Amino acid sequence: MPLTIIKRDEPWKWGALVIFLGALLFCLAVSAALLAGQGKDALHGLYVLWLGSFGNLWALEGALLKAIPLFLCSLGVAVAFRMQIWNIGAEGQFALGAIGATWMSLLFPDLPRLILLPLMFMMAFLLGGIWAFIPAFLKLKLRVNEIISTLMLNYIAILLLDFLVFGVWKDPASFGFPMTPEFTQGAIIPTIGDSRVHWGLLFCLIVGVGLWAFMRFTRLGFELQASGEGARVAKYAKIRYGMLVMFVMFLSGGLAGWAGCVETSAILNRLQPSLMVGYGYTAIVVAWLARLEPLNIAFASFLLAALRVGVENMQLELQIPAAFGVIMEGIILLTVLAGQFFLLYKLERKHSS
Amino acid sequence: MGCWYTVCCTDCPCFRRIKNKKHVHIFLSIRDCRVVKGLALNRMLGYWKLIKIANGEVPMKKLLKLFTVSAACMALMFSLYACGEAPQEKKAEEPAKIDEAVAPTEEAKTVKAGFVYVSPVGDAGYSYAHDLGRKTVDGLDFVTSAFVESVPEGADSERVIRNMARKGFDIIFTTSFGYMDPTIKVAKEFPDTKFMHCSGFKKAENVNNYFGRIYQSRYLTGLVAGAMTKSNKLGYVAAFPIPEVIRGINAFAVGVRQMNPDAEVRVVWTKTWYDPALEKDAAKSLLDAGCDVIAQHQDSPAPQEAAQEAGAYCIGYNSDMSSFAPKAHLTSAIWNWGPMYTKTVEAVRDGSWEGNQSLWWSMQDGVVDIAPMGPMVPEDVKNAVMAKRDELRNGNDICFVGPIKDQNGEIKIAAGEKATDEQLHDMMWFVEGVVGTVN
Repeated sequence: MPLTIIKRDEPWKWGALVIFLGALLFCLAVSAALLAGQGKDALHGLYVLWLGSFGNLWALEGALLKAIPLFLCSLGVAVAFRMQIWNIGAEGQFALGAIGATWMSLLFPDLPRLILLPLMFMMAFLLGGIWAFIPAFLKLKLRVNEIISTLMLNYIAILLLDFLVFGVWKDPASFGFPMTPEFTQGAIIPTIGDSRVHWGLLFCLIVGVGLWAFMRFTRLGFELQASGEGARVAKYAKIRYGMLVMFVMFLSGGLAGWAGCVETSAILNRLQPSLMVGYGYTAIVVAWLARLEPLNIAFASFLLAALRVGVENMQLELQIPAAFGVIMEGIILLTVLAGQFFLLYKLERKHSS
Repeated sequence: MGCWYTVCCTDCPCFRRIKNKKHVHIFLSIRDCRVVKGLALNRMLGYWKLIKIANGEVPMKKLLKLFTVSAACMALMFSLYACGEAPQEKKAEEPAKIDEAVAPTEEAKTVKAGFVYVSPVGDAGYSYAHDLGRKTVDGLDFVTSAFVESVPEGADSERVIRNMARKGFDIIFTTSFGYMDPTIKVAKEFPDTKFMHCSGFKKAENVNNYFGRIYQSRYLTGLVAGAMTKSNKLGYVAAFPIPEVIRGINAFAVGVRQMNPDAEVRVVWTKTWYDPALEKDAAKSLLDAGCDVIAQHQDSPAPQEAAQEAGAYCIGYNSDMSSFAPKAHLTSAIWNWGPMYTKTVEAVRDGSWEGNQSLWWSMQDGVVDIAPMGPMVPEDVKNAVMAKRDELRNGNDICFVGPIKDQNGEIKIAAGEKATDEQLHDMMWFVEGVVGTVN
């Protein structure tokens, strides 16, 4: 009997979970098949992956550390996406955040941590925000498509970072290699106790909860979501759409900027080009996987980070190519996105009428 | 997620759902109620609080539940597998815990060597050259080895290196400049593990930095290129303006100008070690500018392909790249890490390995060389180059012999003198004949 596609009256209640788990299972199955194809023990391979991502404390630490910048960038991206503003520029805003933080740390190296760190965070938010504000402004005044302008600004931001570390900020003691001098102790986010996880984690928590509360309990947050549902409607309802676009982009850029600040300060302890490893782009993936919800983003960024860390372990133990991890990520994302179709539609047998 | 007009607006087309209590939980899908969209939205703002109360159920809680359940399922799955199978496996592996990737019988192996690469190994390029060295070492009967490829510099590399140290590797080769700080950091935590960092400048009790005098090979390839150019313009696709790269460009230019004093070397920076598409584009831009020989300091053979497509010549780097551009390939400046890696692991085995050193191996040590020259290179050029190569192999570093001027015509190395290692390490200027800037 032929099947027809029917729109659901309500979204499928457990759909998100089923689809996500299904995608994960599908991905693991394909990975196992790939492993077997390479002549490795597939189950052992998955076990190694598990060990590398969640199996022990170090793995968890590694995944958490990697999840922090991803989480902040994704939050930023998600806020803008909520309003249907397509900010692809988290990478550039991340770079600007790092630049802002570095600027403060180089300008006031001797300030105590309690003053210097907030200063760095402020400047990171400001610069990241301004970087995102530019496309918002262009969008409103000149109707420039923000997808293009945010993307292009990424390259400019990275080149700006290069310009600084290859030029004015270069450490004289680095033999010409591109890096700023190491930050003073006051500019470094300390780690929590003996672990390698730094206090940026707590910061993430606060920001995440804060953003969630903002979206849920404030009028501004509500207006954001309402405008996302339909710009024309929003305008009709006398929501200040233009103001909101600028605000949301500033916020979005600022969050990505914070990610840059945390990463430079806590992980690298200096600015150097190797800071840029594509968190801004991965953030878009994370935001979509998480369907733009802050809590889901936390999970999704942690899972993705854990996957990346785990795949390293697989590489080391099984000597498989690095491309393996990218394949796994790709499969998960594609399956989840394809599966979301079933949240709104269902297949039913055609009734003969 | 349902229709919130049920709360605020009785003329909603979805009013039929008022009866369905389950439905009155959250606003969102304005799209479904097209008729009264604008009208309702005005009221919507006023009724915002009301809706919240009517909601009752917080959707976040649901999602939290979903994820907890999913996480629990996964954890259960894996722990079942871990508990079910791992113990037996562990018993079998216990004696050979030193290396799980190796059959348990080979207990005699004493040195475990790890390698971290910045790019995929592939079949040509920088990491490939290191991996050839690794394979040589792996062939020794007392060594096991493993590598991780495509490790970004920065935070990720620190984790990978630490992971290796934790897994009991005796010596870890970190083969990219950006691994320097991570290597030093991890080395502090694992004083019994030995580290070899390639191309940096920091050292410690258990860390050596090492590199090869690849500029000697570059000089030889410059001689070949200088003899083969007709347009007197040579292109050089270069990664980053750092001394290592600049030194190579200078040595190349010195070689070129010895054969052809009128020639110039044009430099394009890609600011990346590995990006085949970008490397190719850079090579094309140089070819468009009239260059007829393309040299490169990158990790992939993409510039070679661009040169062949344009009917120009090219000079490879890292490994013999003749197979990628057989018609264009003059020669390559190549790494040959095998011999020195062998010496290093032997020293580790014998306990004679010493830290705190900066090692700069030369053509005499066999670490750097050039690939066999292509059939298009005339015999007399080949002979002249091989004569210079013999001198280098005998330990006579003839690359930077004064007088050598910089781009402004200022003498940097006086007549009759040779560049000192300090001058080479800090080289942040171009020799005469190079077109480009060092930043």
